[in-house]
Formats: sequence, structure tokens, C-alpha cells
Amino acid sequence: MRLGSFIRQCQAVTRYNLETIWERRAVSVVAIFGIAGVVGVMVAVLSMAAGFRAVVTGQARDDVAVVLRSGATGASDSILNHQDIQVLWEAPGVARGPDGPLVSPELFVIIDRKKIGAGTDANVPLRGVEAAGFALREQFEIVEGRNFEPGRNEVIVGDGAAGAFEGLQVGDRIDVGRASWEVVGRFTNGGGVAESEIWTDNRILQQMYQRGNSWNIALVRLREAEAFEGFEAALTDDPRVSLGAERQTTHMAAQSEPIEAFISVVGWIIVVMMSAGAVFAALNTMYAAVSSRSREIATLRALGFSRLPVVVSVMIESLVFGLIGAAAGGAASWFLFDGFRAATINWASFSQVAFAFQVTPELLVQGTTLALVIGAIGGFLPAVGAARRSVVGALREQ
Amino acid sequence: MVDVRGVSRTFHRGRTPVPVLKGLSLQMEKGEFLALMGPSGSGKSTLLNLIAGLDRPTGGEVIVGGSEIHLLSERKLAGWRSRNVGFVFQFSNLLGALSAERNVAVPLLLTSFSARERRRRVDIALEIVGLSERGKHRPRELSGGEQQRVGIARALVNDPMLLVCDEPTGDLDRTTSAEILDLLVALNRDHGKTILMVTHDPVAAERASRTLHLEDGRLAEGGDDGTVAVPVHEPAGAAV
Repeated sequence: MRLGSFIRQCQAVTRYNLETIWERRAVSVVAIFGIAGVVGVMVAVLSMAAGFRAVVTGQARDDVAVVLRSGATGASDSILNHQDIQVLWEAPGVARGPDGPLVSPELFVIIDRKKIGAGTDANVPLRGVEAAGFALREQFEIVEGRNFEPGRNEVIVGDGAAGAFEGLQVGDRIDVGRASWEVVGRFTNGGGVAESEIWTDNRILQQMYQRGNSWNIALVRLREAEAFEGFEAALTDDPRVSLGAERQTTHMAAQSEPIEAFISVVGWIIVVMMSAGAVFAALNTMYAAVSSRSREIATLRALGFSRLPVVVSVMIESLVFGLIGAAAGGAASWFLFDGFRAATINWASFSQVAFAFQVTPELLVQGTTLALVIGAIGGFLPAVGAARRSVVGALREQ
Repeated sequence: MVDVRGVSRTFHRGRTPVPVLKGLSLQMEKGEFLALMGPSGSGKSTLLNLIAGLDRPTGGEVIVGGSEIHLLSERKLAGWRSRNVGFVFQFSNLLGALSAERNVAVPLLLTSFSARERRRRVDIALEIVGLSERGKHRPRELSGGEQQRVGIARALVNDPMLLVCDEPTGDLDRTTSAEILDLLVALNRDHGKTILMVTHDPVAAERASRTLHLEDGRLAEGGDDGTVAVPVHEPAGAAV
């Protein structure tokens, strides 16, 4: 068959198939609805993982090092003393600000707060910071009230935490143990994980939790990203300390990985199960579509149309259903979930992270790809069946 | 123009062979209007399908217009049909979503004619069947007789050498049947079309220039020896 004739045949049969979709709308809607459901769920679930990843890793930088006690996996199982911090001040490659080395030793504790809506207690990070901590976080901004004053029982609350937990509005008081803290400000930090936290003065927090002169974690700004290897080697080789350093990007990716993997695995299990159902719906639709046109297809073949254009046209029809389903499912998940705020526990720190679902273009492309795969599988067998059917037998049907 | 030599066709019902045609031979001249009659199961539609290239024989030879179509692959047979055979079906088999003129144009999609030439041929074919004014209508907006006329226009539009009609009046009332038969006779007489028609209807068969009867997969009278009747109507040239 010449290419030109083949293309004309494909165009003719496909055009006819698509023009008659409206007449088969009831059964077509079943397939489209099934595919839209799969795409919608897939995009929604994975947008949760994408949103979580964006929050946890979004503000991480290659030129910032996270320093923990050697062997510790996170702030909660690490402790740093004054000598450790002195070593960091003197380490090679550390950037300096107007007030000295950009080293931010931070204390990290967990307090209970009730989740808005759920009413159940959840772990919220309470972080002790000092001047270097603000200098390191260039996107930090007070959006309501003011910053805490060092030496006073005052806290500022991240925007995500303020929206996810009760009693964290400016003017509220937080009672923790014997102490009472006043919320004096609300801050943002470029959408990063810090916005799920409560911050206060390092010294006050150390006293309150009887931590003496110790911290859990230190953030260190390096002069440049390439300085990390020298900085890490200096820490490892220094016999006075037992410290481990990671790039902030590596550290935060590892923090995000368990929950992201969990969401993705659970999400894909649901998606695969739904996909099986959608494939059967597509198969059913396409078998019905082919069956309702078996005499017309046979007529075309009697007139000289070949098998392959019939296969191609049925496949195209099924793929069109896939595309419509992808558009519907993607649009629904975008309208319903993009920007939807939620909070979940970060298993790496055992504390809550507030985040917003992110329906990204990549997810929509993935959803469309899945829809096309479902459409292709659902269309293939009916297409082959239509092409292999006896022309003479189909022409006899009334 | 049609030379069928010792053709047999056996189908299988499960593992049981069911012979439908049993070594049948017939010839048809160019410009002839031949009717095939016979009881159900006698093999007349099977024979028509073999001559039209819709099916291939189990044994024997089918030569149409000089082509040994029993030797052609399925793909080549499809191409051969598109160039040489016009089909008129019992139920017209029009594509319901297309207008009459687009239905008529369907076979032209398999050709390399320009859009203008396709348009010209569609207009001529619709004019021949008397439906020039109904080209924009969809099949459901046409009467049964008009639908069958559109089916005939579709069969004519490629100017095929052979028109095969499978019970063309089987789904029509007596008056409409007569109109369709008048049209087929005119195509044979005035446009020189060679027509092979399967029918149950003796009245329809009477309009043909020759009638062959099939019984149990063989010709019941005449034809087996290759004799050909002289056409009643003198052909008068190509249609489109």
C-alpha cells in the first residue's frame, strides 16, 4: 500500500469514527470517566509528594552545610557542644558576615499542638536560633507582628504552622511545661520547611530545656559550593570533635525521601488498581464501538480499505478517549488540589511539616502518558478484532 | 470478462467441513447483466463474493478482467476491489454519520484523484441515480429507495468494470424495487455496466439479460458448460 493511500485511508476512517463518537456518547463517557478518574487520582496523590518534596528541599542550598554529631541522622539524635561550634567557626571555607562566621548553631525540640480541624495532638518543631540563623536564611521575612527579642519568652511562628495548628496566631500564648511563650510574629521563608516551625531565642530555649551550652544542629554557609569537600575533610580530620557534615541539599533530600517514597508507593498501588479498571472500561467501550460499526467497517473493507487503517483508526479513537480523560482528570485535580494545604509527619524529624499540594506540569505529562497507555491497551484488542473480522460475515449483519 | 473455472468453497463448522460450492464454472461477458438465483444455502452469495474478490476459493480459478484474483494476497485483493468492483448491498450499508455525497465519495479516497475530480465524479454519480438535490442529506433523512440509490452511486463513482449487487431489492417494497431495477437496467443498457446480481426475487431476475440458478453449490441449468446468453440490452459506453 502506498503511503499516500494509507494516510488517506487512515484519515477517512478515523474522521468517520470521531464524527460518530457523539452517537456513542453514553458508552464513550464510561471510558473517559474511568481514565479521568485514574489520571485525577494519580496527579492528586503525586502532587502531595511533589508538594512535600518542594517544601522540604525547596530552600536547600549546595553552599550550606548541615553539621550533626557524627553518626546522627537528624537534629533529634544529635548534640553539639561549644567546642564543636568553635571548630566550625575556624573551619576552612566558612563564609563570614558582618558579625563573624556564618555558623548557626540551633537547638531543636518538639512540642505538642492540636491540628486545626482534626483536633488531635501533633508534634511541632520549636527551634532555637540566633542572629546567624537569620543571616543564613535569606528569604526569611516577618509577614505579621515582629521578630522575637533575644532574652524574652517570645516566639515567632512559621506561616505553615500558623495555618495548621491551633493557638499559633500572633498574640496567642503557648504554654510549654512551666513556661509561657507569647507569639509575637509570623514569618515566611520562601515556602521552605522552616515555615512549619516555631522559632525562639536559642539561649532562652536552652535554659527552658536545661540544655546548658549545647545545640542539636548547626547550619554553616560556605564561601562557595565547591568549598564543601575541604570543609568536610577538616571536620573529619580534627581529633577534637566528632562531627559529620552534609550538603544541605543532600540532607534535606534524605529527610524528604521516606515520606515521599511512601506517598508515591501507596499512590501508585492505587493508580495501578484503578488503571486495571480503566483498561477494562476502555476495552468495553472500544469493543462496543467496534461492534456497533462492524457492518460499516466491513463495508469500508469491501470497498477496498485495508486492515491496517482500521486498526489505526480504532487505536486513534481510543487514544482520543485517553486524551480527553487526561484533560478532564488533570483539570479536576488541578482545580481541586493545586495549592491545597495539608500537614503530615516528617518521619526523619518526627515532626509535622505543613505543605501545599503541587500539580506540576511534569505530573500532568505523567498523567497524560498514563492515559494514553490505558487508551492504547484498551483500543488494541478491539482494533485487531475489528480488522480480523470476516468482511463477508460482518456484511450479513443487520 | 468473468471466468470462473471449477471453483469450490468449503467452510468449516467447528471441525466439520461444509462444502458450499462444488466445482462450479461460469463465464460472463462484458456488458452482461447476470442474475444468480437459488434457494438459501445454494451458494449464490458465496459465488458473488468470490467473483467480487471478497473471499477466496478453496479450489479452482476466478479470473476477472484478466486478473487471476484467486492468486492475489488479501492486501492486493483489497486494492483490486477498489479499482474494479462496485458493490450494491441489500441494506445499502451507507455510513450513517456522512451525507449522501460524502458516502458516494468514500471509494474515491482510495484513489489519487484531485479534490476537484472527486467532486466532479460524485456529482455525476448522484446525477445518474437522480439524487443531485439530496447530496447534503444524511442517510436517515432519505427513504429506503433513496438510500439504495446513494449506494448505487457509491458503487459507480470509481467507474468499476463490474457491479455486484447482493439482493439489492431485498429490503425494499415492490414499487421502490422496481425503481431500483429500472436504474440497474439503465446502467447496463445506457452506460454499459457489467452487472452481477444475486436475488431471491423472480421479478428482479427477469430484468437481467440472463439468469443462472444454483442448487447445492452447482449450477442447476445452463452455464455449467460455459454458454453465455446474449445481453438483452446493448451497452452504450462508460458511465463516469
